[in-house]
Amino acid sequence: MNDILEILADNARISVGDLAKLTGKNKQTIEKEIKSYENKGVIVKYKTVINREKIKDEKGVVALIEVQVIPQKDVGFDTVAARIYRFPEVKSCYLISGTYDLLLVVEGKDIHTVASFVSEKLAPLSSVKGTVTHFMLKKYKEDGVVLVKEGKNQRLAITY
Amino acid sequence: MISKIVEQVSPSGIREFFDLVLGMPEVISLGVGEPDFISPWRVRERAITALEEGMTSYTSNQGLFVLRRAISNHLKKKYSLAYNPEEEILITAGVSEGFDLAVRTVVEPKDKVIVVSPYYVAYPALVQICSAKVLYLTTRQEDGFKIDPKQLSKLLSQNPKAIILNYPSNPTGVTYSYEELKEIWRLLSKKEVIVISDEIYEELTYEGSHHPFASLSQKAKMRTVFLNGFSKGYAMTGFRVGYACANRRIISAMNKIHSYSALCAPIISQLAAVEALQAQRQVNQMRNEYKRRRDFIVKELNRVGLSTVMPEGAFYCFSSLKKLKIKSMEFAKKLLYDQKVAVVPGTAFGKEFDCYVRISYANSLDNLKESIVRIEALLSKIC
Repeated sequence: MNDILEILADNARISVGDLAKLTGKNKQTIEKEIKSYENKGVIVKYKTVINREKIKDEKGVVALIEVQVIPQKDVGFDTVAARIYRFPEVKSCYLISGTYDLLLVVEGKDIHTVASFVSEKLAPLSSVKGTVTHFMLKKYKEDGVVLVKEGKNQRLAITY
Repeated sequence: MISKIVEQVSPSGIREFFDLVLGMPEVISLGVGEPDFISPWRVRERAITALEEGMTSYTSNQGLFVLRRAISNHLKKKYSLAYNPEEEILITAGVSEGFDLAVRTVVEPKDKVIVVSPYYVAYPALVQICSAKVLYLTTRQEDGFKIDPKQLSKLLSQNPKAIILNYPSNPTGVTYSYEELKEIWRLLSKKEVIVISDEIYEELTYEGSHHPFASLSQKAKMRTVFLNGFSKGYAMTGFRVGYACANRRIISAMNKIHSYSALCAPIISQLAAVEALQAQRQVNQMRNEYKRRRDFIVKELNRVGLSTVMPEGAFYCFSSLKKLKIKSMEFAKKLLYDQKVAVVPGTAFGKEFDCYVRISYANSLDNLKESIVRIEALLSKIC
Protein backbone atom coordinates (compact mmCIF):
# COMPACT_ATOMS: atom_id res chain seq x y z
CA MET A 1 0.00 0.00 0.00
CA ASN A 2 1.25 3.48 -0.64
CA ASP A 3 1.75 6.12 2.06
CA ILE A 4 -1.59 7.88 1.66
CA LEU A 5 -3.65 4.69 1.77
CA GLU A 6 -1.71 3.41 4.76
CA ILE A 7 -2.36 6.61 6.73
CA LEU A 8 -6.03 6.82 5.70
CA ALA A 9 -6.63 3.17 6.57
CA ASP A 10 -5.74 4.04 10.14
CA ASN A 11 -7.30 7.50 10.32
CA ALA A 12 -9.89 8.44 7.72
CA ARG A 13 -10.48 11.85 9.30
CA ILE A 14 -6.95 13.15 8.79
CA SER A 15 -6.89 16.44 6.90
CA VAL A 16 -5.32 16.86 3.48
CA GLY A 17 -3.01 19.43 5.07
CA ASP A 18 -1.68 16.91 7.59
CA LEU A 19 -1.34 14.28 4.87
CA ALA A 20 0.76 16.76 2.94
CA LYS A 21 3.02 17.33 5.94
CA LEU A 22 3.40 13.61 6.53
CA THR A 23 4.12 12.56 2.98
CA GLY A 24 5.95 15.62 1.67
CA LYS A 25 3.55 15.82 -1.29
CA ASN A 26 1.57 18.96 -1.99
CA LYS A 27 -2.13 19.26 -1.21
CA GLN A 28 -3.34 19.27 -4.82
CA THR A 29 -1.45 16.08 -5.62
CA ILE A 30 -2.93 14.39 -2.57
CA GLU A 31 -6.47 15.49 -3.37
CA LYS A 32 -6.03 14.20 -6.92
CA GLU A 33 -4.65 10.88 -5.71
CA ILE A 34 -7.49 10.39 -3.24
CA LYS A 35 -10.10 11.25 -5.89
CA SER A 36 -8.54 8.73 -8.23
CA TYR A 37 -8.57 6.02 -5.54
CA GLU A 38 -12.22 6.78 -4.88
CA ASN A 39 -13.08 6.61 -8.57
CA LYS A 40 -11.26 3.35 -9.06
CA GLY A 41 -12.99 1.85 -6.03
CA VAL A 42 -9.73 1.38 -4.16
CA ILE A 43 -11.13 3.58 -1.40
CA VAL A 44 -14.62 2.21 -0.90
CA LYS A 45 -15.91 4.06 2.12
CA TYR A 46 -14.80 6.11 5.14
CA LYS A 47 -16.11 4.50 8.28
CA THR A 48 -15.89 4.88 12.03
CA VAL A 49 -15.14 2.02 14.38
CA ILE A 50 -17.57 2.32 17.29
CA ASN A 51 -17.37 0.43 20.53
CA ARG A 52 -21.12 -0.15 20.91
CA GLU A 53 -20.81 -1.60 24.37
CA LYS A 54 -19.92 1.85 25.63
CA ILE A 55 -23.11 3.42 24.31
CA LYS A 56 -25.91 3.64 26.85
CA ASP A 57 -29.15 1.84 25.94
CA GLU A 58 -27.54 0.57 22.77
CA LYS A 59 -29.10 -2.75 21.98
CA GLY A 60 -28.41 -4.99 19.10
CA VAL A 61 -26.85 -8.31 18.29
CA VAL A 62 -24.32 -9.49 15.79
CA ALA A 63 -24.33 -13.00 14.39
CA LEU A 64 -21.86 -14.85 12.23
CA ILE A 65 -23.74 -17.24 9.99
CA GLU A 66 -22.13 -20.12 8.16
CA VAL A 67 -24.05 -20.94 5.00
CA GLN A 68 -23.71 -24.05 2.88
CA VAL A 69 -24.99 -23.44 -0.63
CA ILE A 70 -25.43 -25.35 -3.86
CA PRO A 71 -23.24 -23.70 -6.48
CA GLN A 72 -24.91 -23.09 -9.81
CA LYS A 73 -23.73 -24.16 -13.19
CA ASP A 74 -21.45 -21.63 -15.01
CA VAL A 75 -21.71 -18.92 -12.35
CA GLY A 76 -20.53 -20.90 -9.32
CA PHE A 77 -21.16 -19.17 -6.05
CA ASP A 78 -21.46 -15.62 -7.31
CA THR A 79 -25.19 -15.53 -8.10
CA VAL A 80 -26.11 -17.28 -4.87
CA ALA A 81 -23.89 -14.90 -2.96
CA ALA A 82 -25.52 -11.92 -4.67
CA ARG A 83 -28.95 -13.23 -3.79
CA ILE A 84 -27.88 -13.35 -0.15
CA TYR A 85 -25.74 -10.22 0.25
CA ARG A 86 -28.57 -8.04 -1.10
CA PHE A 87 -30.50 -8.52 2.13
CA PRO A 88 -29.95 -5.35 4.13
CA GLU A 89 -29.49 -7.38 7.31
CA VAL A 90 -26.26 -8.81 5.84
CA LYS A 91 -23.41 -6.43 6.74
CA SER A 92 -20.60 -8.53 5.31
CA CYS A 93 -20.47 -11.60 3.11
CA TYR A 94 -17.41 -13.69 2.33
CA LEU A 95 -16.78 -16.83 0.29
CA ILE A 96 -14.80 -19.17 2.53
CA SER A 97 -12.82 -22.34 1.97
CA GLY A 98 -13.49 -25.32 4.25
CA THR A 99 -16.60 -26.97 5.62
CA TYR A 100 -19.05 -24.29 4.54
CA ASP A 101 -19.21 -21.77 1.71
CA LEU A 102 -20.39 -18.32 2.73
CA LEU A 103 -19.76 -16.49 5.95
CA LEU A 104 -22.23 -13.71 6.76
CA VAL A 105 -22.09 -11.02 9.35
CA VAL A 106 -25.67 -10.16 10.23
CA GLU A 107 -26.86 -7.45 12.57
CA GLY A 108 -30.26 -7.16 14.15
CA LYS A 109 -31.91 -5.42 17.09
CA ASP A 110 -32.28 -8.66 19.05
CA ILE A 111 -31.90 -12.42 18.79
CA HIS A 112 -35.46 -12.81 17.47
CA THR A 113 -34.87 -10.46 14.57
CA VAL A 114 -31.81 -12.42 13.50
CA ALA A 115 -33.58 -15.72 14.05
CA SER A 116 -36.49 -14.70 11.88
CA PHE A 117 -34.12 -13.43 9.19
CA VAL A 118 -32.51 -16.87 9.12
CA SER A 119 -35.71 -18.87 9.22
CA GLU A 120 -37.83 -16.70 6.96
CA LYS A 121 -35.41 -15.24 4.46
CA LEU A 122 -32.14 -17.15 4.37
CA ALA A 123 -32.92 -20.82 5.02
CA PRO A 124 -35.90 -21.06 2.61
CA LEU A 125 -33.73 -20.11 -0.41
CA SER A 126 -33.55 -23.10 -2.72
CA SER A 127 -29.79 -22.78 -3.15
CA VAL A 128 -29.15 -22.81 0.60
CA LYS A 129 -28.38 -26.29 1.93
CA GLY A 130 -27.92 -25.39 5.58
CA THR A 131 -26.98 -22.66 8.06
CA VAL A 132 -25.21 -22.46 11.41
CA THR A 133 -25.72 -19.27 13.41
CA HIS A 134 -23.19 -18.03 15.99
CA PHE A 135 -24.22 -15.08 18.14
CA MET A 136 -21.37 -12.81 19.15
CA LEU A 137 -21.04 -12.48 22.93
CA LYS A 138 -18.24 -9.97 23.38
CA LYS A 139 -15.92 -7.97 21.17
CA TYR A 140 -12.31 -7.89 22.30
CA LYS A 141 -10.72 -6.40 19.23
CA GLU A 142 -12.10 -4.84 16.09
CA ASP A 143 -10.31 -3.51 13.00
CA GLY A 144 -6.98 -3.82 14.74
CA VAL A 145 -8.12 -1.90 17.80
CA VAL A 146 -8.36 -3.61 21.18
CA LEU A 147 -11.71 -2.65 22.71
CA VAL A 148 -11.20 -3.96 26.23
CA LYS A 149 -9.07 -2.17 28.81
CA GLU A 150 -5.43 -3.17 28.71
CA GLY A 151 -2.48 -2.68 31.03
CA LYS A 152 -0.95 0.76 30.87
CA ASN A 153 2.32 1.42 29.08
CA GLN A 154 5.16 1.53 31.57
CA ARG A 155 7.27 3.95 29.53
CA LEU A 156 8.72 6.68 31.74
CA ALA A 157 7.53 10.13 30.72
CA ILE A 158 11.05 11.49 30.40
CA THR A 159 14.41 9.81 29.79
CA TYR A 160 17.74 10.78 28.21
CA MET B 1 31.37 7.40 52.48
CA ILE B 2 30.97 7.73 48.73
CA SER B 3 34.00 7.55 46.47
CA LYS B 4 35.31 10.99 45.50
CA ILE B 5 35.40 10.01 41.89
CA VAL B 6 31.71 9.19 41.89
CA GLU B 7 30.84 12.27 43.91
CA GLN B 8 32.66 14.44 41.40
CA VAL B 9 30.68 13.16 38.45
CA SER B 10 28.58 16.20 37.79
CA PRO B 11 25.10 15.47 39.07
CA SER B 12 22.73 16.35 36.32
CA GLY B 13 20.82 19.55 37.07
CA ILE B 14 18.13 18.08 34.94
CA ARG B 15 17.19 15.38 37.44
CA GLU B 16 15.00 17.80 39.32
CA PHE B 17 13.14 18.71 36.16
CA PHE B 18 12.70 15.02 35.33
CA ASP B 19 11.12 14.49 38.75
CA LEU B 20 8.73 17.36 38.06
CA VAL B 21 7.62 15.74 34.82
CA LEU B 22 7.29 12.29 36.37
CA GLY B 23 5.14 13.73 39.16
CA MET B 24 2.72 15.44 36.82
CA PRO B 25 -0.14 13.43 35.36
CA GLU B 26 -1.68 14.02 31.93
CA VAL B 27 1.47 15.45 30.39
CA ILE B 28 2.20 14.95 26.70
CA SER B 29 5.82 13.99 26.92
CA LEU B 30 8.18 14.70 24.07
CA GLY B 31 10.97 13.94 26.48
CA VAL B 32 11.11 10.22 25.99
CA GLY B 33 14.29 8.56 24.79
CA GLU B 34 12.73 5.28 23.73
CA PRO B 35 10.37 4.03 21.02
CA ASP B 36 6.62 4.27 21.58
CA PHE B 37 6.23 0.98 19.71
CA ILE B 38 6.26 -2.31 21.53
CA SER B 39 8.67 -5.00 20.41
CA PRO B 40 7.50 -6.88 17.30
CA TRP B 41 5.20 -9.76 18.18
CA ARG B 42 7.53 -12.47 16.88
CA VAL B 43 10.20 -11.15 19.24
CA ARG B 44 7.84 -11.23 22.22
CA GLU B 45 6.63 -14.66 21.24
CA ARG B 46 10.20 -15.97 21.11
CA ALA B 47 10.74 -14.65 24.63
CA ILE B 48 7.58 -16.37 25.83
CA THR B 49 8.62 -19.65 24.20
CA ALA B 50 12.07 -19.32 25.74
CA LEU B 51 10.43 -19.14 29.16
CA GLU B 52 8.20 -22.09 28.36
CA GLU B 53 11.24 -24.07 27.27
CA GLY B 54 12.80 -23.33 30.63
CA MET B 55 15.55 -21.09 29.26
CA THR B 56 16.33 -19.44 32.56
CA SER B 57 20.05 -20.02 33.01
CA TYR B 58 23.22 -17.98 32.50
CA THR B 59 24.79 -18.07 29.06
CA SER B 60 28.50 -18.00 28.30
CA ASN B 61 29.97 -14.63 29.28
CA GLN B 62 30.47 -13.68 25.68
CA GLY B 63 26.83 -14.45 24.89
CA LEU B 64 24.98 -17.20 23.02
CA PHE B 65 26.91 -18.31 19.98
CA VAL B 66 23.71 -18.43 17.88
CA LEU B 67 23.22 -14.73 18.54
CA ARG B 68 26.84 -13.83 17.84
CA ARG B 69 26.70 -15.80 14.61
CA ALA B 70 23.41 -14.16 13.62
CA ILE B 71 24.89 -10.71 14.28
CA SER B 72 28.01 -11.59 12.33
CA ASN B 73 25.91 -12.72 9.34
CA HIS B 74 23.68 -9.67 9.61
CA LEU B 75 26.62 -7.24 9.52
CA LYS B 76 28.29 -9.13 6.71
CA LYS B 77 25.14 -9.04 4.62
CA LYS B 78 24.17 -5.47 5.37
CA TYR B 79 27.53 -3.70 5.45
CA SER B 80 30.08 -6.26 4.17
CA LEU B 81 31.53 -5.88 7.64
CA ALA B 82 33.11 -9.15 8.79
CA TYR B 83 33.48 -9.94 12.49
CA ASN B 84 34.40 -13.39 13.69
CA PRO B 85 31.61 -14.53 16.02
CA GLU B 86 34.09 -16.65 17.99
CA GLU B 87 36.22 -13.83 19.26
CA GLU B 88 35.25 -10.44 17.87
CA ILE B 89 31.67 -10.04 19.15
CA LEU B 90 30.48 -9.62 22.74
CA ILE B 91 26.83 -9.59 23.80
CA THR B 92 26.11 -6.93 26.42
CA ALA B 93 23.18 -5.81 28.52
CA GLY B 94 22.31 -3.01 26.12
CA VAL B 95 24.73 -0.58 24.50
CA SER B 96 24.93 1.21 27.86
CA GLU B 97 26.87 -1.69 29.30
CA GLY B 98 28.89 -2.11 26.11
CA PHE B 99 29.89 1.54 26.27
CA ASP B 100 30.89 1.29 29.92
CA LEU B 101 33.03 -1.77 29.12
CA ALA B 102 34.64 -0.13 26.11
CA VAL B 103 35.62 2.96 28.08
CA ARG B 104 36.94 0.99 31.02
CA THR B 105 38.86 -1.29 28.69
CA VAL B 106 40.78 1.37 26.83
CA VAL B 107 40.87 4.45 29.08
CA GLU B 108 43.31 4.93 31.94
CA PRO B 109 43.35 7.66 34.59
CA LYS B 110 44.56 10.99 33.19
CA ASP B 111 43.95 9.90 29.60
CA LYS B 112 42.06 12.31 27.40
CA VAL B 113 38.90 11.33 25.59
CA ILE B 114 37.12 13.37 22.93
CA VAL B 115 33.37 13.64 23.41
CA VAL B 116 31.35 15.33 20.68
CA SER B 117 28.79 17.71 22.13
CA PRO B 118 25.87 17.94 22.41
CA TYR B 119 26.35 14.45 23.81
CA TYR B 120 24.40 11.59 25.29
CA VAL B 121 24.72 12.06 29.06
CA ALA B 122 26.52 8.80 29.80
CA TYR B 123 29.60 9.63 27.71
CA PRO B 124 31.34 12.29 29.82
CA ALA B 125 30.10 10.71 33.06
CA LEU B 126 31.68 7.32 32.40
CA VAL B 127 34.89 8.89 31.12
CA GLN B 128 35.09 10.83 34.38
CA ILE B 129 34.46 7.68 36.40
CA CYS B 130 37.63 6.33 34.76
CA SER B 131 39.42 9.45 36.10
CA ALA B 132 40.12 10.55 32.57
CA LYS B 133 39.71 14.01 31.09
CA VAL B 134 36.96 14.87 28.65
CA LEU B 135 37.90 16.99 25.65
CA TYR B 136 34.68 18.44 24.31
CA LEU B 137 34.32 18.86 20.58
CA THR B 138 31.46 21.30 20.42
CA THR B 139 29.41 21.28 17.25
CA ARG B 140 27.26 24.17 16.09
CA GLN B 141 23.87 24.49 14.50
CA GLU B 142 25.46 26.46 11.64
CA ASP B 143 27.45 23.32 10.76
CA GLY B 144 24.35 21.15 11.08
CA PHE B 145 25.76 19.91 14.43
CA LYS B 146 28.43 17.98 12.56
CA ILE B 147 32.06 17.56 13.60
CA ASP B 148 34.23 20.40 12.32
CA PRO B 149 37.44 18.82 10.96
CA LYS B 150 39.55 21.81 12.04
CA GLN B 151 38.39 21.53 15.61
CA LEU B 152 38.95 17.79 15.52
CA SER B 153 42.55 18.26 14.33
CA LYS B 154 43.15 20.71 17.13
CA LEU B 155 41.91 18.33 19.80
CA LEU B 156 43.83 15.45 18.26
CA SER B 157 47.03 17.40 18.80
CA GLN B 158 46.47 16.83 22.53
CA ASN B 159 46.95 13.09 21.90
CA PRO B 160 43.66 11.74 23.23
CA LYS B 161 43.39 8.04 23.95
CA ALA B 162 39.95 7.72 22.44
CA ILE B 163 37.12 9.50 20.70
CA ILE B 164 33.46 8.74 21.23
CA LEU B 165 31.28 8.96 18.16
CA ASN B 166 27.51 8.64 18.13
CA TYR B 167 25.58 8.71 14.88
CA PRO B 168 22.69 9.02 14.22
CA SER B 169 23.03 11.21 17.27
CA ASN B 170 21.08 11.59 20.45
CA PRO B 171 20.12 14.49 20.89
CA THR B 172 20.49 16.03 17.40
CA GLY B 173 19.53 13.18 15.08
CA VAL B 174 22.49 14.12 12.91
CA THR B 175 24.34 11.47 10.99
CA TYR B 176 27.27 11.43 8.54
CA SER B 177 27.69 10.62 4.88
CA TYR B 178 30.39 8.21 3.72
CA GLU B 179 32.56 11.13 2.56
CA GLU B 180 32.23 12.95 5.87
CA LEU B 181 33.18 9.81 7.78
CA LYS B 182 36.16 9.26 5.47
CA GLU B 183 37.36 12.76 6.26
CA ILE B 184 37.01 12.13 10.02
CA TRP B 185 38.90 8.85 9.65
CA ARG B 186 41.63 10.54 7.60
CA LEU B 187 42.32 12.82 10.57
CA LEU B 188 41.99 10.08 13.18
CA SER B 189 44.20 7.65 11.27
CA LYS B 190 47.18 9.93 11.75
CA LYS B 191 46.99 9.30 15.49
CA GLU B 192 46.79 6.25 17.71
CA VAL B 193 43.29 7.06 18.88
CA ILE B 194 40.66 4.38 19.60
CA VAL B 195 37.20 5.06 18.19
CA ILE B 196 34.27 4.08 20.39
CA SER B 197 31.38 4.31 17.98
CA ASP B 198 27.89 4.13 19.45
CA GLU B 199 25.64 3.40 16.49
CA ILE B 200 22.51 2.31 18.38
CA TYR B 201 20.26 4.42 16.14
CA GLU B 202 21.72 2.84 12.98
CA GLU B 203 18.42 1.24 11.93
CA LEU B 204 16.69 4.60 12.20
CA THR B 205 18.42 6.41 9.36
CA TYR B 206 16.05 8.29 7.07
CA GLU B 207 18.32 9.94 4.51
CA GLY B 208 20.88 7.96 2.57
CA SER B 209 22.32 4.91 4.26
CA HIS B 210 24.20 4.29 7.44
CA HIS B 211 27.93 3.53 7.27
CA PRO B 212 29.44 1.88 10.32
CA PHE B 213 32.71 3.54 11.22
CA ALA B 214 34.40 0.15 11.21
CA SER B 215 33.36 -0.37 7.59
CA LEU B 216 35.51 2.52 6.33
CA SER B 217 38.68 0.47 6.05
CA GLN B 218 40.44 -2.52 7.57
CA LYS B 219 42.58 -0.16 9.63
CA ALA B 220 39.56 1.76 10.87
CA LYS B 221 37.95 -1.54 11.83
CA MET B 222 40.98 -2.57 13.89
CA ARG B 223 40.81 0.65 15.88
CA THR B 224 37.07 0.86 16.35
CA VAL B 225 34.80 -0.53 19.03
CA PHE B 226 31.50 -0.79 17.18
CA LEU B 227 28.56 -0.64 19.59
CA ASN B 228 25.04 -1.50 18.55
CA GLY B 229 21.96 -3.20 19.91
CA PHE B 230 18.27 -3.87 19.67
CA SER B 231 16.74 -1.18 21.88
CA LYS B 232 15.88 1.52 19.37
CA GLY B 233 15.48 0.09 15.87
CA TYR B 234 13.77 -3.06 17.11
CA ALA B 235 11.89 -1.33 19.96
CA MET B 236 13.38 -3.64 22.58
CA THR B 237 14.62 -1.24 25.28
CA GLY B 238 13.33 -3.37 28.14
CA PHE B 239 15.11 -6.50 26.91
CA ARG B 240 18.51 -4.92 27.62
CA VAL B 241 20.49 -6.53 24.86
CA GLY B 242 23.23 -5.04 22.73
CA TYR B 243 26.59 -6.01 21.29
CA ALA B 244 30.14 -4.81 20.87
CA CYS B 245 32.33 -5.70 17.91
CA ALA B 246 36.05 -5.04 17.87
CA ASN B 247 39.38 -6.73 17.41
CA ARG B 248 40.03 -9.88 19.41
CA ARG B 249 42.22 -8.20 22.06
CA ILE B 250 39.69 -5.51 22.87
CA ILE B 251 36.74 -7.92 22.98
CA SER B 252 38.63 -10.32 25.22
CA ALA B 253 39.52 -7.48 27.61
CA MET B 254 35.96 -6.15 27.61
CA ASN B 255 34.70 -9.65 28.28
CA LYS B 256 37.00 -9.84 31.29
CA ILE B 257 35.21 -6.92 32.99
CA HIS B 258 31.83 -8.10 31.71
CA SER B 259 32.33 -11.58 33.21
CA TYR B 260 32.95 -10.02 36.63
CA SER B 261 30.23 -7.39 36.55
CA ALA B 262 27.25 -8.33 34.38
CA LEU B 263 28.25 -11.99 33.85
CA CYS B 264 26.05 -12.21 30.79
CA ALA B 265 23.09 -10.54 29.13
CA PRO B 266 19.75 -12.16 30.03
CA ILE B 267 19.30 -15.39 28.10
CA ILE B 268 15.65 -14.66 27.25
CA SER B 269 16.65 -11.35 25.71
CA GLN B 270 19.47 -12.96 23.76
CA LEU B 271 17.10 -15.52 22.25
CA ALA B 272 14.59 -12.77 21.47
CA ALA B 273 17.39 -10.82 19.76
CA VAL B 274 18.13 -13.76 17.43
CA GLU B 275 14.49 -13.59 16.37
CA ALA B 276 14.62 -9.78 16.08
CA LEU B 277 17.24 -10.00 13.35
CA GLN B 278 14.56 -11.73 11.26
CA ALA B 279 12.01 -8.97 11.91
CA GLN B 280 13.29 -6.58 9.27
CA ARG B 281 9.81 -5.95 7.89
CA GLN B 282 8.59 -4.67 11.25
CA VAL B 283 11.71 -2.53 11.64
CA ASN B 284 11.03 -0.99 8.23
CA GLN B 285 7.43 -0.25 9.20
CA MET B 286 8.54 1.54 12.35
CA ARG B 287 11.19 3.47 10.44
CA ASN B 288 8.60 4.64 7.89
CA GLU B 289 6.35 5.80 10.70
CA TYR B 290 9.14 7.74 12.43
CA LYS B 291 10.08 9.34 9.15
CA ARG B 292 6.53 10.57 8.60
CA ARG B 293 6.40 12.03 12.08
CA ARG B 294 9.79 13.63 11.60
CA ASP B 295 8.72 15.30 8.37
CA PHE B 296 5.64 16.57 10.15
CA ILE B 297 7.21 17.87 13.34
CA VAL B 298 10.31 19.45 11.83
CA LYS B 299 8.22 21.43 9.40
CA GLU B 300 5.89 22.50 12.19
CA LEU B 301 8.67 23.43 14.63
CA ASN B 302 10.35 25.59 12.01
CA ARG B 303 7.01 27.15 11.13
CA VAL B 304 6.23 28.17 14.71
CA GLY B 305 9.71 29.65 15.09
CA LEU B 306 11.81 26.97 16.81
CA SER B 307 14.56 26.63 14.25
CA THR B 308 15.36 22.94 13.82
CA VAL B 309 18.02 21.21 11.74
CA MET B 310 16.46 18.33 9.76
CA PRO B 311 17.51 15.22 11.72
CA GLU B 312 18.66 12.45 9.39
CA GLY B 313 18.20 9.69 11.93
CA ALA B 314 17.16 8.67 15.48
CA PHE B 315 13.89 10.22 16.75
CA TYR B 316 14.92 13.58 18.14
CA CYS B 317 14.84 17.21 17.09
CA PHE B 318 17.29 19.62 18.68
CA SER B 319 15.39 22.87 18.40
CA SER B 320 16.72 26.36 18.92
CA LEU B 321 15.23 28.89 21.33
CA LYS B 322 17.63 31.63 20.19
CA LYS B 323 14.90 33.85 18.79
CA LEU B 324 12.99 33.70 22.08
CA LYS B 325 15.89 34.81 24.27
CA ILE B 326 14.90 32.36 26.95
CA LYS B 327 16.95 29.73 28.75
CA SER B 328 16.20 26.09 28.06
CA MET B 329 15.19 25.18 31.61
CA GLU B 330 12.90 28.19 31.90
CA PHE B 331 11.28 27.36 28.58
CA ALA B 332 10.88 23.69 29.51
CA LYS B 333 9.31 24.60 32.85
CA LYS B 334 6.92 27.10 31.28
CA LEU B 335 5.91 24.60 28.63
CA LEU B 336 5.35 22.01 31.33
CA TYR B 337 3.37 24.18 33.78
CA ASP B 338 1.48 26.22 31.20
CA GLN B 339 0.78 23.68 28.50
CA LYS B 340 1.56 20.28 30.02
CA VAL B 341 4.09 19.38 27.37
CA ALA B 342 7.46 17.98 28.42
CA VAL B 343 10.72 18.45 26.50
CA VAL B 344 14.31 18.04 27.69
CA PRO B 345 16.33 21.24 28.28
CA GLY B 346 19.43 21.46 26.08
CA THR B 347 21.80 21.79 29.04
CA ALA B 348 21.28 18.08 29.71
CA PHE B 349 23.45 17.50 26.64
CA GLY B 350 26.18 20.09 27.25
CA LYS B 351 26.31 23.40 29.07
CA GLU B 352 26.68 25.38 25.82
CA PHE B 353 23.27 24.26 24.68
CA ASP B 354 21.17 26.41 26.94
CA CYS B 355 19.24 27.78 24.02
CA TYR B 356 18.08 24.39 22.75
CA VAL B 357 15.55 21.77 23.74
CA ARG B 358 15.41 18.15 22.68
CA ILE B 359 12.07 17.13 21.30
CA SER B 360 11.43 13.43 20.83
CA TYR B 361 9.00 12.36 18.12
CA ALA B 362 8.71 8.82 19.45
CA ASN B 363 5.08 9.65 20.08
CA SER B 364 1.77 9.35 18.28
CA LEU B 365 0.97 11.77 15.52
CA ASP B 366 -2.05 13.01 17.46
CA ASN B 367 0.15 13.87 20.42
CA LEU B 368 2.68 15.57 18.17
CA LYS B 369 -0.06 17.64 16.57
CA GLU B 370 -1.52 18.62 19.92
CA SER B 371 1.96 19.50 21.22
CA ILE B 372 2.53 21.87 18.33
CA VAL B 373 -0.76 23.63 19.13
CA ARG B 374 0.33 23.97 22.75
CA ILE B 375 3.87 25.11 21.91
CA GLU B 376 2.38 27.73 19.63
CA ALA B 377 0.07 28.85 22.44
CA LEU B 378 3.02 29.29 24.78
CA LEU B 379 5.08 31.10 22.16
CA SER B 380 2.28 33.57 21.52
CA LYS B 381 2.34 34.35 25.25
CA ILE B 382 6.08 34.82 25.68
CA CYS B 383 6.95 36.48 22.39
